[in-house]
Amino acid sequence: MQTWYAFLTGPALWVTFVVFLGGLGVRLAFLYGLSRERDRVFYNHMDWRWAFKSIVHWLLPWGSASMRLQPVFSAVFIVFHVGLLAVPLFLSAHNLLWDRAFGVSLWSMSDAWADGLTMVVLACGLFLGIRRLVRPEVRILTTAWDFTLLTLTLAPFVTGFLAYRQWGPYEVMMVLHVLSGEILLVLIPFTKLGHMVLFFFTRAFIGFEMGARRGARAW
Amino acid sequence: MSHQAAAVEPGNVEVHPVDVKKIQQILEANNGARIRTWLSICSRCGLCAESCFFYLAHNRNPRLSPAYKFKATLGELYQRRGHVDWDFLHRCADIVWGECTTCKRCSMYCPFGIDVATLIATTRTILYSQGITPQGLARAVVNYRKTGNQMGMSTEDFVDTCEWMAEESQDEIKGVTIPIDKKGAKYMYTVNPREPMFYPQDLAMAAKILTVAEEDWTMPSTGWDCTNLPMFAGDRALAGQVVRTMYEKAVELGVQAILITECGHAYRSALFEGPYLAGYPDGKPPVPIVHSVQLFYEYIRDGRLRIDPAKRLKEPVTYQDPCNVSRNGGLWEEGRKLVQFLAEDFRDMHPNRDHNHCCGGGGGYIPMGPEYKARRMASGRVKAEQIRATGAKIVITPCHNCFDQISDLNKEYQLGVKVMSLKEIICELMVVPEKFQPEDNGGDEEQT
Repeated sequence: MQTWYAFLTGPALWVTFVVFLGGLGVRLAFLYGLSRERDRVFYNHMDWRWAFKSIVHWLLPWGSASMRLQPVFSAVFIVFHVGLLAVPLFLSAHNLLWDRAFGVSLWSMSDAWADGLTMVVLACGLFLGIRRLVRPEVRILTTAWDFTLLTLTLAPFVTGFLAYRQWGPYEVMMVLHVLSGEILLVLIPFTKLGHMVLFFFTRAFIGFEMGARRGARAW
Repeated sequence: MSHQAAAVEPGNVEVHPVDVKKIQQILEANNGARIRTWLSICSRCGLCAESCFFYLAHNRNPRLSPAYKFKATLGELYQRRGHVDWDFLHRCADIVWGECTTCKRCSMYCPFGIDVATLIATTRTILYSQGITPQGLARAVVNYRKTGNQMGMSTEDFVDTCEWMAEESQDEIKGVTIPIDKKGAKYMYTVNPREPMFYPQDLAMAAKILTVAEEDWTMPSTGWDCTNLPMFAGDRALAGQVVRTMYEKAVELGVQAILITECGHAYRSALFEGPYLAGYPDGKPPVPIVHSVQLFYEYIRDGRLRIDPAKRLKEPVTYQDPCNVSRNGGLWEEGRKLVQFLAEDFRDMHPNRDHNHCCGGGGGYIPMGPEYKARRMASGRVKAEQIRATGAKIVITPCHNCFDQISDLNKEYQLGVKVMSLKEIICELMVVPEKFQPEDNGGDEEQT
C-alpha cells in the first residue's frame, strides 16, 4: 500500500498535473485557433464590459433570472461548486503537502470547516443525483455518463472524508482518495467538466452577443 | 401536443438516399469553436426548460426543453457524423420547425449561454439541403428566387400599389407621395410584402406619418422586401442574396439608412444575421438599419409628431415585445415609451421586455401555413394567458407575425382584445398641422 501511495503522490501526481493543465491548455488553444478561423462573430462584436457582467451575474448567488426561477436548485448548485473548489484548495492537509513540495501554501481552513463542507458537498451531490432521476426535464437529458461523472466528482470527497475520520482501512482509503482525485483531474479537460474554464468563454460570448449587439441582458 | 409531421417540399425524399456527404459538409463547415463547445459542455441540468414557452404550454413536456431539442437533432447529427436516415430527418424537421421559433430566450436562461437558436438554424440548413422544409416556406423560397420577394409580386404591381396608396391618402393628408427610387434620401423604407399584397393601407399609413413628420424618404423599386423567409427555411445562400439585394439598393440610392417596417424578423435579418448571411466579414450592414419603432419614438419624443391628448387611447393597452424587436433587437424601452405616449392606461405583461415570451408565431411559424395552425394555437397558450392577465383591451405590437398570431389567439382563447400596429394608432392620434390638411373634401376646383 505504501508503494502505491508513494507512486500516486509521486510520478502519477506529476502526470496528473501535466495532463490536467496541459489538457486544458491544449483544448483552449485548439478552440482559440478554430474560433479565429470559423467564429468571426465572436471577435467582431467582442465587448469586455458585457462579457464581465454576464460572467459575474452567473457567479453571484441568484444573480440571474434563471437562478431566481429555481432558488433551491441554485442554492445547491452554488454551495456544491464552492465546496468543490474550496475544500481541495484550502484544506490544511493539502496545504501542508504544497508547503513540503514547493515551500508555498494557500490560506488554510480549519479541519472542522473542511469536514463540514465536505458533508455539504456530498449532500449537494446526492441532491443533484436524485434531481436527475425525479425531474422529467432533467431525466430525459441524463445519460449513464452523467451519473458516472457525478460519482467520480464525489469520490475524492467520500474517500477523503472516510480517511480523515479513520473510518475503514486508512491506508486503502488514502490510496483511493489520491487515485480518485487524480482520475477526476485527468478527466476534466476531456469531458463536460471542462466547463470549469470554458464557462467563462461561453458566458462571455452570450454576454456581448446579446448585450453589446442588442442590449439584452443574458442573465 | 400535436404530432402532425412537418410538411415536406414536394418532389424529393424517398426516391433518393439521404445525401450523407452534403450533411457532413454542412456539419464540418459549422463545426467551429462555439458549436463544438456548446455541444460538449451542456451539463444537462435542465435549467433551460422553464424558459421555453413550448415546454410551458404543453404541461412541461420534457421533450420540449431546449436542451432536448438540440440534442435530439444537431447533437445526434454530429454524434452519428451525418449517417442518418429519412425517418430521423423527418423527426428533426418536426422539432426544428414545429417546436422552436428560434426566439433565443433559452440562451439567457442557460448557465453557459448556449445559443440554441443557432443550433436549430444549423439543423434547418441541413434539412433544407436534403429537400426538407415546411411547404409554406418552400413556396416563399420559390417566390424570392423568381421575383426577389416572398409573395412573388412584380415591381410593376408594387409601384402601382404605392402610387394608388399615395393618391388615396391625399384625401386625408395633403401632399402625400410615396417617392420611388429617390436618390440621396435619408431613409429607404422597406416593407413586408404582406403590406402591398394584402394590407396596402399599411403603406398609406407609413406614408402619412412620414409626410407629416416631413421626412426625406423613398421606397425602392427593388430590394423593398425586408423579410427573410429563406433564413427560416434553412436556405442560407438565398437568405444572403435577399439581404444583399436590399443593402446594394440602399448603397446605389445613396440613402443614409434603411428603415424597416413594423416587422420583427426583418430587423433581425437586416441588422444582425443578414451581414453574415450575405458574406460581410465584419458582420455589419453597409448602411445603418433603423426600425420604425425607433423612428416613431424619436418623432414623438422630439415633437416632430404631436399626439392629440384628447384622442389618447382610454382603454387598457398592453404591448407585445416581438422577440426580434425587443430581445434580439434591443428596442423594448422605445416600444414601451412610445405606447405610453399613445395610451393612458398601459399595462405591461409579465415577464416583459427582453425576457418576454415569443407569441408562438415567430421563426417562420406564421408563413409555414395552415398545416401548422393547430400547433401554433396550442403553443400560443402562454402568450394568451399573459395577455389575459393584463386585462388589456388593446394589444399593440410592431411585428406582422405577432400581429397575425395574436389575432388568431384572440379568437382561439376568446381574449376579447383588439390587435393594433403602431402605425395605425399614430395615424389616428396624430395632430395634422394645417398645411397638411386637405382644403375641402368633395374634389372642389382649385382656386388660383
